[in-house]
Amino acid sequence: MKVMNLVQAINDAMDLKLADDKSIVVYGEDVGVEGGVFRVTEGLQLKHGADRVFDSPLAESGIAGTALGMAISGMKPIIEMQFDGFVYPAMNQILSHVSRFRNRSRGKYSVPMVIRIPYGGGINALEHHSESPEAYFGHTPGLKVVIPSTPYDAKGLLISAIEDPDPVIFMEPKRIYRAVKQEVPEELYRIPIGKAKLLQAGEQITVIAYGAMIRETQKAIALAKQKGYSVELIDLRSIWPIDRETIAQSVRKTGRALVVTEAPQSYGPAAELISIINEEAFLSLEAPPSRLTGFDTVIPLPLGEKYYNISPERIAAEIDRLIRY
Amino acid sequence: MLDQNTLDKYDPIKNKAIQLIDDKGKPLSKSWKPALSDKDIYKAYEALLFERTADLMAVSYQRQGRMYTYPPNLGQEAIHIAAGMVTKEQDWLVPAFRELGAWLAKGVSLKEIFLYFKGNEDGSRFEKANRMLPVSVPIASQLIHAAGIGYAMKYQGEKDTAIFAYVGDGGTSEGDFHEALNFAAVWDAPVVFIVQNNQFAISVPLKMQTRSINIAVKGIAYNVPSLLVDGNDFFAMHEALSHAREHAVSGKGPFLIEARTFRVGAHTTSDDPTKYRTKEEEDAWAEKDPLKRLKGYIEHAKIGDFKKEEELISQYKKQIDSEFEAAEKHPEYKLDDVFGYLYAELPDELKRQKNSIQNFLGGVK
Repeated sequence: MKVMNLVQAINDAMDLKLADDKSIVVYGEDVGVEGGVFRVTEGLQLKHGADRVFDSPLAESGIAGTALGMAISGMKPIIEMQFDGFVYPAMNQILSHVSRFRNRSRGKYSVPMVIRIPYGGGINALEHHSESPEAYFGHTPGLKVVIPSTPYDAKGLLISAIEDPDPVIFMEPKRIYRAVKQEVPEELYRIPIGKAKLLQAGEQITVIAYGAMIRETQKAIALAKQKGYSVELIDLRSIWPIDRETIAQSVRKTGRALVVTEAPQSYGPAAELISIINEEAFLSLEAPPSRLTGFDTVIPLPLGEKYYNISPERIAAEIDRLIRY
Repeated sequence: MLDQNTLDKYDPIKNKAIQLIDDKGKPLSKSWKPALSDKDIYKAYEALLFERTADLMAVSYQRQGRMYTYPPNLGQEAIHIAAGMVTKEQDWLVPAFRELGAWLAKGVSLKEIFLYFKGNEDGSRFEKANRMLPVSVPIASQLIHAAGIGYAMKYQGEKDTAIFAYVGDGGTSEGDFHEALNFAAVWDAPVVFIVQNNQFAISVPLKMQTRSINIAVKGIAYNVPSLLVDGNDFFAMHEALSHAREHAVSGKGPFLIEARTFRVGAHTTSDDPTKYRTKEEEDAWAEKDPLKRLKGYIEHAKIGDFKKEEELISQYKKQIDSEFEAAEKHPEYKLDDVFGYLYAELPDELKRQKNSIQNFLGGVK
């Protein structure tokens, strides 16, 4: 075991897999010599060579499309979109091809590739550096979408994503890149995609969150505890496939549900989760399922983020409202 | 054969298309001799005739209501037949959608092609065509895949493998065309980009796509050697493509060929070209018909005759009909065909959705 933050755990997963499988390459903007703007690929080029870890031309559609070409011809590319908002030029490749190639070719070609995307707000950045675009990918047939919230999960999920025969969007909560540290096994291990994780058992309400919202929710739960509330916390981990069963079981038990996401509200992951809760636990509900999400606005520049970002206090207040409903 | 020097020094800015035979099929230069044997030239004629017959029949199947939308190839066949002859077994074909003869040469069956345009993804299985990608509908986006495959071939040490990637004139306005040229160039990827400039992107003429004097010049800025070629001249296309392939697999990186041609038919069977083209324009291009020119060469060089052409066509028609019938007899589309191919393993959520429709329909598979 070794204490790692998210950046180190993700780097470690790629390092081990690069050593393990020669068909893996890692590329994107500034990922080579510089090791990525967040240093997630630091040291990998030096260790594994410039034909395996390299800087590509600055063109996201080109990065995603070339990775598809590699994936259907015997390789397993891991590509980086430098920031969440930079994935938009690659959307045509991801939505039109990466997600569909297996289906279109009736399984003749598969697309074993991983698209890493640092995402989310709270880092005082420019426009297009703080977005939460997971709903676009979760809405797209043919993709898997994963978001870890801890170093342990990040390493195990990334290894699973790399080994998955289908394309995986691996979103990294950059706000907690270096904020969460944990003991992480040094060897290869896997965490299955599509399984949520019960982080904390409770009796009165289920809170479902993921990514950087886990930490905010844990703070909120500490506040709720002061009022004597017992809160169950589920880390969704996989945006798609969704772990319907874990959510259903928890809400059937607690009778109340709150979903917390940074992504804008309408048609977002919270809407999907609440639909599942209604389908699976309707007769157990003590209060209407609720959601705290980003607004249906553009995420503001840093000075406005205090209104947009979801604070532990807001989460705690919503927990309180639902329990007293 | 064109000499290496001519090809190496070729400058697309001069806007002079490489042409070896005139509109009647007569060689333009006395010193030029084809690189192909007489037998292969005659085979090219047969292949071209076959593509044309199959293509005309496809349009007629569509008119009879037995097939959905289909994009005709009429007038562009010399490009496809030449590419098919240059392509080696291990090469990749990254199609746009109007390359019928090249697909057939790669080993795609007509049954599969008909099946695809009859609305069944099974038509993209390409059972006997390795390294053939399915049709990419979003224009030019497939070119980027070619650059990626090129990287993979180099990385995996396949030294004699090229990737032939197609796009039309309209597609050169897409950003992906430029990203593909740039990635392929930076990576020295062995890609031969073939632009079939058939003058129209559905209804929009080339002059409304670009201010460039031609499309071949677009390769120059990326340091990708580029040729402008008479796409209706089988010999010019064959030599240009051979040169391009040789360049690509020698480690020198990608190559671009603009094949200047004319789409004689409609964009697809849903289109009506009388709305945007003149009779004069069509008549002028009819003079340059690739089949007529290739036959003209064969007559001129006295390497064969066409006494049996009618017989050949009726034999082809039988063959094409039987392929079409095979497509019509293909097993019925199943629910499994909707769900079964998206993921290596069907996720629980999709199992749930599939069960739900299955129950509604009363247990169909």
